[in-house]
Amino acid sequence: MGSIIEIRELRKTYGMGDIQVHALAGVDVTIQSGEFVAVMGPSGSGKSTLMNIIGCLDRPTSGQYYLAGIDVSQLDKPQLARIRNQQLGFIFQSFNLLARTSALDNVLLPLIYQRPSPLSMAERRDKGMAALEAVGLAERAHHEPNEMSGGQRQRVAIARALVNDPVLIMADEPTGNLDTRTGKEIMGLLHDLHGRGRTIVMVTHEPHIARQTERTITLVDGEIRADGQVVLSEEGWG
Amino acid sequence: MSELNDEISTVPAVAVDEIDLSESYTPISPLEIARIAWEGVMRNKIRSLLTMLGVIIGVAAVIIMVAISAGTEATIADQIEGLGSNLVFIQGGIARRGAGGGGDTPTLIYDDVALLGGITGVAGTAVEQTSAQTVKSEQATLTEVSLVGTTPDFPSVRDVDLAQGRFFHQQELDRKSKLAVLGHSAAVALFGESDPIGQSITVGTTRLTIIGVAAERGVVGNTDFDSLIYTPITLLFDRFVPAQFARVVGNRVRIIYVELDETADMEHVITQMQLRLAGAKDVAVEELPFSIQSQNDIIETQGATTEAFRNLLAWVAGVSLLVGGIGIMNIMLVSVTERTREIGIRQSVGATPNDIRLQFLTEAVLLSLVGGLLGVLTGVGGAILFGETSEMRTVIVPESILLAFGSAAAVGIFFGFFPANIAAQLDPIDALRHE
Repeated sequence: MGSIIEIRELRKTYGMGDIQVHALAGVDVTIQSGEFVAVMGPSGSGKSTLMNIIGCLDRPTSGQYYLAGIDVSQLDKPQLARIRNQQLGFIFQSFNLLARTSALDNVLLPLIYQRPSPLSMAERRDKGMAALEAVGLAERAHHEPNEMSGGQRQRVAIARALVNDPVLIMADEPTGNLDTRTGKEIMGLLHDLHGRGRTIVMVTHEPHIARQTERTITLVDGEIRADGQVVLSEEGWG
Repeated sequence: MSELNDEISTVPAVAVDEIDLSESYTPISPLEIARIAWEGVMRNKIRSLLTMLGVIIGVAAVIIMVAISAGTEATIADQIEGLGSNLVFIQGGIARRGAGGGGDTPTLIYDDVALLGGITGVAGTAVEQTSAQTVKSEQATLTEVSLVGTTPDFPSVRDVDLAQGRFFHQQELDRKSKLAVLGHSAAVALFGESDPIGQSITVGTTRLTIIGVAAERGVVGNTDFDSLIYTPITLLFDRFVPAQFARVVGNRVRIIYVELDETADMEHVITQMQLRLAGAKDVAVEELPFSIQSQNDIIETQGATTEAFRNLLAWVAGVSLLVGGIGIMNIMLVSVTERTREIGIRQSVGATPNDIRLQFLTEAVLLSLVGGLLGVLTGVGGAILFGETSEMRTVIVPESILLAFGSAAAVGIFFGFFPANIAAQLDPIDALRHE
């Protein structure tokens, strides 16, 4: 299927003058279309920075990042926003749904920012309802997040991540705020998406979650410590 | 665990090459922005209402204050209208001090009226000299009554209508007839319910026969017309005004009213009058110690006063509108902080900095427009209520509504920019992490 993500010599340096922190110290990653990849690492390992850059929320200091064939490492803010809008779907640990806004309106959010010409309201509604149906929440479409359980909220977030047909789904600790049973349900949904050909990159700090994927990238000190089916234990991070 | 609906089963068709990155700068449609902003405003109604409060008060203040000053102006204008139309007032000015002493200062005398009557454009004249007297009827005694000596044209020149009886004629003036016309409240005070016509009053030692009662007129300017008693000025000179020098300098009068024809050129007539008076007094025109004022002069003087008053009110109201705008900015700034997470979410799904800026700017404009509208309703309602419940008159000026509403919109745009820019410049990563 070809590679969706190609990262070469990616570096991200914070700070000015003498004190410089190398959050990413030269990372090379290639992710094929249809892969389900977990990213692990201790805090300060650079995994958040890598996720932010892969998610087009941040730009690298140097190096190349090709997302679906486009070099996004040098794009400006509006261009990155457009890439996020058209190519990416986000699932967050804290769901990040708009409060006092119905599930459906939350799901429709990415479609509002489509350009140049967005879909008609009716077309959007159809797409949004289809996405909610896909995650089994069609009948809750007009409920607001505060009327829903954590699992339901995360399903709404997944529906929102799917509604614009992204090439890549970014999941940042998607089960972190959920109990074990609900976490399993959400992982089930992600496996299902993966089974149907979606590419998913997921940050997690739980080894048993990482083990469910076919590939785990472990970052330590801004470098890749391990990459493959092996999931390092926390002792291995050091 | 396969829960997913079949609709999203396939991998999306990646048509990466078709993405035209230059489209990233195309703003989303204004309608879309307006909808987002409207939802933003409606999502927190209490906060929105509080934000609007400053503008509501500011706009209402502008409208009410302008209505009050316009009402005051209208009241004054009505009073000036009440003085009579096309009227010129000639009054003896302040005596100039000079080597020659008071005796040299020309005074306005009764004979001057005859000089003015002949000028083309003069429709009528009336003259007035007043004396404070104690007046008795069979039933009552009034002290300090203004006994007004005047001429037969007085009712027409000064717009005084008679409720009963008649005013005195020229013949009666010439004969110094002992007649009196009572003001409305003077008649009531002296005769109560009974008909005063044909009855008599005693002023000093002189008995005057009542031949008329003036219609109720009220207070115009500083004069309470209803308390006056009119009598032929010749009689007043003869009996009630000590005039030791009258034979030498003539009978002094307080004021001469000159009514002009509708078509007369006021400036021209005034010049003619000045020339004649100067001739009679044997002084240069510019040395005439008389004030000659037309009704327009008085309106202008009053106008300048009320304009200053109105300007002051407008400034006060403008400042309150400004404060309202700063209020909007304040709450929008708080709102941006409070809604940082929302901004982050919007950015993560593809909102560009410009989309965010437009959203917050539109929210600010929307708040000030809705606030302005509520302010207009409050202001108009308040002005009407104020006019009805207080002594002051209010006149709602349409321009003030436009001005206040327009300023509110401008204030919203101006003070919306700063918070909107802050929102637009938020970093999506920080915004998403914001608690």
